Amino acid sequence: MRFATTIAAALLAWLLAASAVAAGAGERDPAGQALDPLDSARWADMRREFFGDAPLSFDARVRVSAPHTAENPLDVPAHVDVSALAGVEEVLVFADFNPIPKVLVFRPGRARASLGFRLKLQQSSPVRAAARTADGHWHVGGTWVTTTGGGCTLPSTGSGSPEWQSRLNEVSARLFPRVDGGERVRLRIIHPMDTGLAPGIPVFHIDELALADAGGRALMHIAPFEPVAENPVFTVDLPPRADAGAIRVSGHDNNGNRIAAEVAR
Amino acid sequence: MNVRANPARAALPALLLAVLLAAFPLAARAAGFDYRLAPRAVADGVWVLTGLTEDFSRDNGGNIVNTGFIVGDSGVVVIDSGPSRRYGEQLAAAIARVTPLPVVLVINTHHHPDHFLGNQAFAPATLAALPATRHGIETEGPMFNSNMYRLNGDWMRDTEVAAPTRTLAAGPVEVGGRTLEFLALEGHTGADLAVFDRRTGTLFAGDLVFNARAPTTPHADIARWQASLDALAALPFKVLVPGHGPVAHDGAPIAQTRTWLDWLDRALREGAAAGLDMTEMLALPLPAVFERMALAKTEFERSVSHLYPAAERASLEEQ
Repeated sequence: MRFATTIAAALLAWLLAASAVAAGAGERDPAGQALDPLDSARWADMRREFFGDAPLSFDARVRVSAPHTAENPLDVPAHVDVSALAGVEEVLVFADFNPIPKVLVFRPGRARASLGFRLKLQQSSPVRAAARTADGHWHVGGTWVTTTGGGCTLPSTGSGSPEWQSRLNEVSARLFPRVDGGERVRLRIIHPMDTGLAPGIPVFHIDELALADAGGRALMHIAPFEPVAENPVFTVDLPPRADAGAIRVSGHDNNGNRIAAEVAR
Repeated sequence: MNVRANPARAALPALLLAVLLAAFPLAARAAGFDYRLAPRAVADGVWVLTGLTEDFSRDNGGNIVNTGFIVGDSGVVVIDSGPSRRYGEQLAAAIARVTPLPVVLVINTHHHPDHFLGNQAFAPATLAALPATRHGIETEGPMFNSNMYRLNGDWMRDTEVAAPTRTLAAGPVEVGGRTLEFLALEGHTGADLAVFDRRTGTLFAGDLVFNARAPTTPHADIARWQASLDALAALPFKVLVPGHGPVAHDGAPIAQTRTWLDWLDRALREGAAAGLDMTEMLALPLPAVFERMALAKTEFERSVSHLYPAAERASLEEQ
C-alpha cells in the first residue's frame, strides 16, 4: 500500500515536472491567458482578484529579489525593481498563498521605480510584483520563497510591549550616497503591523507613507497592507538631486495615528 | 511457438523498478533508521561520535552533530545526546558496547535541538545543563522539536523534550571517578558549556567551535562569542572536539571560527553603514578563504536574517 502510494507520488512528481517545463514564460493556455511561470495553484485566483480582464503579461523586466528560503517568516526581505520599464504608474506586490495576499502598493514619483521592504509569510508562496504602465498593461514578475510559515497569524512583538507602543510611528532614517550620484533613503518605522489574524489582536498597520522633497514634490508613495513586517524598513533610491533640502516623510496608520519626520543630510 | 520471452518486454518491469529504486535511495536507506554510530577513541577513555557536516535532512536524520562520552573509573559522562530519541538510544547502546559502567551524567552543552533531543534515552536524574540552557530547553524545546520533525521526518518518531533536571556551574567537578572542568561561556547561545578533561587534555568546545563547517547564529552574540573563543584558546588542550566538524589536535578550528565571526560582524556593520538593503546583503560574495567551508553560503544567508536587522537599526538610529 505504502509502496503503491510512493509510486503514485513519483509519477505525479514526474508529470508536474514535465508540465512545469512545458509552461515556460510566454506560453498560453487554451483560453489565450498567459501561463504562470511560477506554476502556482493560486494564480488564476490572483489574476481574477487583482487584474480582472486587464491586459497582462509575465515580464522579465519586473525583478523581484527575495531569498529562496526565508529563515524568519516574520521578516522576509524582498526588493522589487521595475526601473527597466518606462512609465510605471503603480506597482502591486502580493503573495499568492498568504491569507491576506496583498502586501503593498507603491507609486514611484521622482524616485527610482524600485522598493526594498520586508514581509510576513504564512507559508511558502510566490512573492510577485505587478507594474501597471501608462497604457494600462500589467507586467508581472516574481519568485518562490520557501518558509516554515506562521508569519501572519502570530502576534507582533510590539503588541505585547507597552514600551514599544510609546514609540509608535517613530521614524529612523538616513541618506546614503549612490555610485550613480543619486541617493538612497532607508527608513525604519516603529509599528506592530498586526494583521488581525492573531487571536484577540485587532488589525493595526501603517496604511499610507509618502516621501516628498523640500519643494513638496512626490518622491515615492507607499500603501502598506497587513503582511508588511513589524517595524517596517524601506529602501528607496533617488536620482541625483538638484535641491539640497530635507526629505519629508508623512503618513498614518489605519487608526489615524500620524507619521511625520524629516530626513536631513 | 516462440517460447523465448521478448527481451524488451522482460526488461521493462526491471527498468521501471530500477528507475524507482534510483529515485528513492534515501527512503530505502533510512528505512532502518540506523545512524551507524561508531564511537572513536580520541584519548584514553574519551570517545567521540562525529556527525556529518551537512544540514538537517530526512537522509541524515539530524546526525550532523558531534557527541561524546568520557569513561571514568566508576561511571560515564555523556556530552550532548544528539538530535532524536533514536539517536539517544543508539548512543546509549554504543556506550554499552564500549564499557559496562553506568551513565552518571548527561550534559547538554546548550539549548539547540541536536544537542538535547536524545535525552529521553537516559535516566532523567542524569540530565544536566547550565541554568539558562535548562530554561531555553524548557521554553523553546517543544518548538525546536516540531521543527526537527519537519526537517528530519520519521527519524524523529517518539522524540519528545526531556529537559535536564540538574543545574551545572563553572568549575572542576568529580564525576564518574574522573575530574572534569566545566567552563560556563556564552555567545553561540545565551549559555554555552565547554568541558575540559585535564587528564587527557581533551576539550569539548560545544558549538562555540565549528570545524570546516560554517557556524550557526540563531541565538548568537558575536562579541561574547569572540570573548569565549579567547577563553578556550587559553586552555592547554591537546585534543579539540568541536560541536560540528572533525576533531582537531591544534587550535585551528578556534582560529577558523574566529575568522568567520570577525568577517561576518564586519560585513554586517559595513553593509548597514553603506545602506545595503537586506536582499543586497544576501547577495554579497563570500571571501575565497571560506570556499571549502561546508554550508558557508547557507549559513551566511541565515546569519543575515538573524543579525542584519540589529545592524541596520544601529546604523539608522545612529544620528
